[in-house]
Amino acid sequence: MERFNVYASRLITKKEYFSPGHRACQGCAEALAVRLVAKALGQNVIVSSATGCMEIVSSPLPFTNWRVPWIHVAFENTSAVASGVEGGTKALIRKGKLPDKGTVFLGMGGDGATTDIGLQSLSGAFERGHNFLYVCYDNEAYMNTGIQRSSSTPFGAATTTSPAGKLKPGQVTWKKNMGEIAVAHNIPYVATACSSYPFDLIEKVKKAARIHGPAYVHVLSVCPTGWRIPPNKAIWIGRQAVETGVFPLYEVENGKYRITVDVPELKPVLDYLKPQGRFRHLTPELVDQIQERVTREYNQLKAKTAL
Amino acid sequence: MGERVGIEVSLAAAEAVKMANVDVVAAYPITPQTHIVEHLSELVADGELDAEFIPVESEHSAMSVCCGSSAVGARTFTCTSSQGLALMNEIVFIAPAMRLPIVMILANRSLSGPLSIWNDHTDVMSVRDCGWIQFFTENGQEAFDHVMFSFRVAENPAVSLPIMMNMDGFVLTHVIEPIEFWDQETVKQYLPDFEPVNRLHPDNPVTMGAFGLPGIFTEAKMAQDQALINSKAVILEAWKDMGDLVGRYYKPVETYHVEGAETVFLSMGSVGETVSLAVDQLRARGKPVGQVKLRLWRPFPFEEFREAVRGVKQMIVIDRAITYGGVGGPVASEIRSFLYLEENMPIITNFLCGLAGRDVTVEDYMAMFEKTEQMVKGKVRQEDYIIYGVRE
Ligand SMILES: Cc1ncc(C[n+]2csc(CCOP(=O)(O)OP(=O)(O)O)c2C)c(N)n1
Ligand code: SF4
Ligand SMILES: [Mg+2]
Repeated sequence: MERFNVYASRLITKKEYFSPGHRACQGCAEALAVRLVAKALGQNVIVSSATGCMEIVSSPLPFTNWRVPWIHVAFENTSAVASGVEGGTKALIRKGKLPDKGTVFLGMGGDGATTDIGLQSLSGAFERGHNFLYVCYDNEAYMNTGIQRSSSTPFGAATTTSPAGKLKPGQVTWKKNMGEIAVAHNIPYVATACSSYPFDLIEKVKKAARIHGPAYVHVLSVCPTGWRIPPNKAIWIGRQAVETGVFPLYEVENGKYRITVDVPELKPVLDYLKPQGRFRHLTPELVDQIQERVTREYNQLKAKTAL
Repeated sequence: MGERVGIEVSLAAAEAVKMANVDVVAAYPITPQTHIVEHLSELVADGELDAEFIPVESEHSAMSVCCGSSAVGARTFTCTSSQGLALMNEIVFIAPAMRLPIVMILANRSLSGPLSIWNDHTDVMSVRDCGWIQFFTENGQEAFDHVMFSFRVAENPAVSLPIMMNMDGFVLTHVIEPIEFWDQETVKQYLPDFEPVNRLHPDNPVTMGAFGLPGIFTEAKMAQDQALINSKAVILEAWKDMGDLVGRYYKPVETYHVEGAETVFLSMGSVGETVSLAVDQLRARGKPVGQVKLRLWRPFPFEEFREAVRGVKQMIVIDRAITYGGVGGPVASEIRSFLYLEENMPIITNFLCGLAGRDVTVEDYMAMFEKTEQMVKGKVRQEDYIIYGVRE
């Protein structure tokens, strides 16, 4: 019963591996995503974490929220640390110094840690073919240091280093497509997920963990603080992202694309943009530009699933 | 005892890493370290060494992989030089704070710029305060012996710190020397299996690398400093046991002709052998000159050093790195401040030489001695440091 086609919350473990009491902001859907991923993976895992919100909220010496083995070394090197954790364990098992327990090796980082400063080390780990799962918690900016833009910040979003000014409409570049970059490494499994869709997320993470070789899951993680929305709107906003086609949920298994949460008719992007303070300054023309791009990319993705 | 072989020092070091039965090697190529990694990858490819050879995409990742593999309790080795060390710098400082007993050979090479592949100590001196155990080797035999030594000291549960073995690039790494190999039985007696104090394992979850708020940071640093200082006892024991096993007794500070010496040279690394020749010649001329070689750099061997230079009137400190706009080379400025509180502090002259592979000959060291004598007699102004051998 590994598949969650029956959507029943009873099937999700009540055990918490990322324990309550952490210091994330109210309504933080990134912390929710971390918690769900931890539930999906269970006890038999070793986590390597990048510097960022999730590291800082969970590990103030001498406390920890981690009930599974967890290591943090620096910001940009999670994939390399995970490579060492995996490689070291593999060597010890082969040499008869440790029993083989089928442990899952997880690397985790924010969008900054993944799409910017840690992209090289992630690419290296993919290319070397380590048997590990990498989860990117994408809240679309460097939140831990105060909402600065990353290459994953969407076009038009105001951040503290892409402010909306008289000349510039916030972020002037389009969001880096990290899922496609992962696919281009020819790894066996790539997926997108969102903590507003917990069953879909858990199923993908479980599947990714079972696969031998590198796997990548990119989780849209709503950040009320950075997106300028009330904490109680976080889950709802994540659903708008999917229902408008801004953030489609799909998986790519051995090169084969499949949309996992189908949206027969996309809602207008304004439904997603309007409630968020970071898009408050957008003009109708800019919204049209975003709409045009979202529709085009969604259709491109659909076309890939038909292949 | 093992056999004596004529072998390139880099290859001998790699063979020693193999004999230590390392579990993970993660390294990125850079001259003059390359022969060590190349040979290790060959040993793995031929099945002579059962280890994960992780061909990382950068030195930053090399040191990061080492952190991960050491944290799961795997015996871990890496090596690099200059730019590679500079690129991994961030993680070099984190590894000892996390008490990860990684062994790294640093094939010493000048730091850019200008770009140079040749030997000096500007790379290692840039990480002087990184918290690793740091020592220097002078010849191939020392390099071979100290691979075993490094794993033993680093992994000792009372130490659990990374260790950096310095080996001068080219002048040591690339020369062929007769080296007495250990047999595997001796290695087994000397080097126990690695039993980590903590390891990342699902059966016993631990959190490694938590962040420190101001209320605890100072205490964490104090504990780290203490661990490095305390490692000296384990270091001394490891040298003693090695001597008993293979007949070579190493010390933190070595001396040569210091009996009755009024002037001593202080050197680190492979230049020591040339300095000894200069000492021989000066002695032959009736000059009371000796030599002190600093093998252990961190933790600094205070007592041994004090003992070695007792009664000395002048000290000529050879530095192989520059401290721009500072008070002298890194070694000299430390020695000066250490001896400042001693009674009868010797006069210390400081020569910065042998930068980026510039040859320093016996005659050069004799000239430094003469210059020191003149300075002492007040014939020339005493300077904080002299960059020696600058072409006019
Ligand atoms: C080498 C380095 N540069 C910069 C930083 C400062 N820094 C810490 S976390 C962070 C941003 C993290 O952003 P992201 O990865 O998106 O995670 P988030 O906090 O948003 O979850 C930055 C810039 C650092 N720790 N190390
Ligand atoms: S800033 Fe955002 S991502 Fe960070 S803890 Fe707060 S809500 Fe979560
Ligand atoms: Mg972020």
